[in-house]
Amino acid sequence: MFAFLLRRVLQTVPIILAVALLIFVLFSVIPGTFASSLGDDGRNVMDAQVIERVNRQLGLGDPLHVRFGNYVLQLASLDLGTSFRTRQPVTAVLAARMWPTLQLCFAAMVIAIVLGVPLGFVAALKPGSLIDTLSMVGAVSGLSLPKFWLGLLLMYLFALKLGWLPSFGYGDGGLRYIVLPAIALGVAPLALLARTTRAAVLEILNADFVRTARSKGMSERQVVHWHLARNALVIVLTTVGLQFGSVIGQAVIVEKLFAWPGLGSLLVDSVSLRDIPVVQGSILVIVLFFLFVNTLVDVLCALIDPRIKYS
Amino acid sequence: MRIGANLVIGGTLFALVVIAGVLAPWLAHTDPVMDANLMNAEEPPGGAFWFGTDAQGRDIYSRVLYGARISLTVGIVSQLINTVIGVCLGLSAGYWGGWWDDFVSGLTNLVLAIPSLIFALALMAILTPGLTSLLIALGLTNWSFTCRLARASALSLKSQGYVQAAKVLGYGDVRIMVTQLLPNMLGPIIVIGTLGMGGAVLAEAALSFLGLGIRPPFPSWGSMLSDARDQITTAPWISIFPGLAIFITVLGLNLLGDGLRDILDPQGRAGKA
Amino acid sequence: MSAAPLLQVDDLRIDLALGDERFAAVQDVSFSIGRGETFGLVGESGCGKSITALALIGLLRPPLRLAGGTVRLDGREIQSLRAAEMRRLRGKRISMIFQEPMTALNPVSPVGRQIAEMFVLHEGATWQEAERRAVEALASVRVAAPERRAKDYPHQLSGGMRQRVMIAIALACSPDLLLADEPTTALDVTVQAEILDLVRDLCAAKGTAVLMISHDLGLIANACRRVGVMYAGRIVETRAAEEVFRAPSHPYTSGLVASLPLLGARAKEGRRRLKEIAGVVPSVAGFPHGCRFHPRCGRASDLCREDDPGPTPLPGDGLVRCHHHG
Repeated sequence: MFAFLLRRVLQTVPIILAVALLIFVLFSVIPGTFASSLGDDGRNVMDAQVIERVNRQLGLGDPLHVRFGNYVLQLASLDLGTSFRTRQPVTAVLAARMWPTLQLCFAAMVIAIVLGVPLGFVAALKPGSLIDTLSMVGAVSGLSLPKFWLGLLLMYLFALKLGWLPSFGYGDGGLRYIVLPAIALGVAPLALLARTTRAAVLEILNADFVRTARSKGMSERQVVHWHLARNALVIVLTTVGLQFGSVIGQAVIVEKLFAWPGLGSLLVDSVSLRDIPVVQGSILVIVLFFLFVNTLVDVLCALIDPRIKYS
Repeated sequence: MRIGANLVIGGTLFALVVIAGVLAPWLAHTDPVMDANLMNAEEPPGGAFWFGTDAQGRDIYSRVLYGARISLTVGIVSQLINTVIGVCLGLSAGYWGGWWDDFVSGLTNLVLAIPSLIFALALMAILTPGLTSLLIALGLTNWSFTCRLARASALSLKSQGYVQAAKVLGYGDVRIMVTQLLPNMLGPIIVIGTLGMGGAVLAEAALSFLGLGIRPPFPSWGSMLSDARDQITTAPWISIFPGLAIFITVLGLNLLGDGLRDILDPQGRAGKA
Repeated sequence: MSAAPLLQVDDLRIDLALGDERFAAVQDVSFSIGRGETFGLVGESGCGKSITALALIGLLRPPLRLAGGTVRLDGREIQSLRAAEMRRLRGKRISMIFQEPMTALNPVSPVGRQIAEMFVLHEGATWQEAERRAVEALASVRVAAPERRAKDYPHQLSGGMRQRVMIAIALACSPDLLLADEPTTALDVTVQAEILDLVRDLCAAKGTAVLMISHDLGLIANACRRVGVMYAGRIVETRAAEEVFRAPSHPYTSGLVASLPLLGARAKEGRRRLKEIAGVVPSVAGFPHGCRFHPRCGRASDLCREDDPGPTPLPGDGLVRCHHHG
């Protein structure tokens, strides 16, 4: 078990390095440097000499391999550089924004799992019934909804018209503030989990070993408890892992809409401002988080399904 | 039969959107960009303005119609690029194997490690905002599933008898890949492509919403919703129609994809759900 | 006939729903199995033997449906029992083993536990006691080191071992009837004989009757006392096993016997080439009019094209469906 874990973790290291390299390469060719964005909307009214001086200060004037060397050295010492805009260390900037994003992603996934998995289960156990049709129609609709539109509608209905919940922001960190953003973010993974769970359960119900179980004289309820649940769990868990990754990416939209002070909104703002170190840093952290979740899911799957360890 | 229903409803919705986009110049009432009369700003739906007007006094109905052109163009073209890249890489990787396969697999893992929206966002940060950049950004970030599928199919099919026969007949590698292997994986690829178009429409809308896609004053549904946020208290109707348009388009594509999957890919090679 | 049969099947009919239409996949099937007797059901793939067994144990699922006939177990009709009552019979009075041991066991549960389930389900045992008895059951199916094997998962065992586990499960509560659907088809030839011997020995010891299903006439004739030959959803001949080889009555049976490869001494006197039965098995939706076998039959006449033959009794408690039998 430990060997499997170690192997899995080590597999992520080259990916992280490759991503870091990719990010660096991408952003070193970015036209329109930070300095020029200091002017109004990229209309470059700043004096060319001023731009050049700022660039040299930020180290942007150095040749590419020098910059890459510095970048790698900094990464090795877990230094993500300094924000162009605020002159703060990037790690500090990111640290302040990580927790809200984690909270939001976690809340969205909880909604998705708690509602989506049972829904898919019930739909599969009664295929073709009204609840099955309704949930699947609901699921495909949920997958087709743009998150920002859903967010706007929720905001309008619950915050502005009904006044039950705050319309945006983190506030004091209370639960009321996270409800609407979590719903907006969680609907799509909920829909996908419902569909995947339903498909997995249906497939298992028709499997040979379930036929054997029935031939033993088990009731359907016993079949579900003793045989179905664990087998379906592996598939569901894998989907949860994949969805978590998607949620982390999509959180950007919801954070921007609800002015949620997380990594996503930081990323978008920094892109507009051309604050490269922050952009690189946030993407790197997001990817790290994503890889961590994937590894965790793989390990959990290996714990549940005895076939995986031995492969 | 539920199978038929998906296909019919999805196809109809999608066709409606295509018609709206194609016939926009004739169906629209005003020019979506130029006809901005501040006197008409924030009019509720009714009268001359079927969907109302926005903060600049532009007719939302016309902008929604023209927005269909943008969304459909992005959806179709970017997914086409994705499919071509995915098929080329995956097919060749599965067929040739060796270091090329290792390279492609590594590349795929790399791309899969970055959430696709983030990746597209990063690319849009580098490129100047606009339609072409959007097509490139979205076209380069969503090919992994197609690649995996093509690779798996190539691996399982390349040892089939008819492929060996083709080799013996002297067919070149590329000819074998295109004429023997590709037709056998078209079904799942079409399914992924259709569903991917829906994803591309959503992604374009999201990027435009974030200000990194199609910039105002062009009538992208996403950027229309971004403007709508500021007007939500005074003119909530601005938020409804562009979003509804996105929803209908993506729903149509998703249903169409599901319906096609039942016909073209009954074994679910394109992936579950 | 001495004692009343354990299982009496009369005019069994199983329907297959394709779209809006209903086809009779199995029709007019009648046979009986005595207490402790081994009865073989033989025929090509698609003739309906497997679904007949599934119908007996009540495991037919849509689009298949038991549409007519009676099944009597110990004189009691069971074909229209409510689900809960049928369930009480399964595992306890009627058991089944399947063809593919690979997929027939729960992949995420140790095999010992899967055997133990039987004792917990039917005999009210505690899990501890059941697991202990499961180890004993493994020993009875001749698995070496049963305590260790009980903790293994199905994928860690060979095909033959998995089938032994299945047999242990099926015979755990000493049922009256065991349905064995092609239990050795998916196994290596060397293991097949062992498994068949195991089934024979255990069932003889427990007095369990066996319905053995196979496409292999040689296997059936060796293992069973009486044989039923199925073709296109019908039983075309029922005979004692030696009679089937010695003097097959139905042309299809003759064809099956003739197509068995001859080895060794018999080969010298017989033909070199394998004899086949011309034509293919008709699909459920396209059964021929009249006798279902007539397109492939050497003895077919106009009568056969028109009239579906009814059962003709044969000496020794047999029957045959043919206008030109013998």
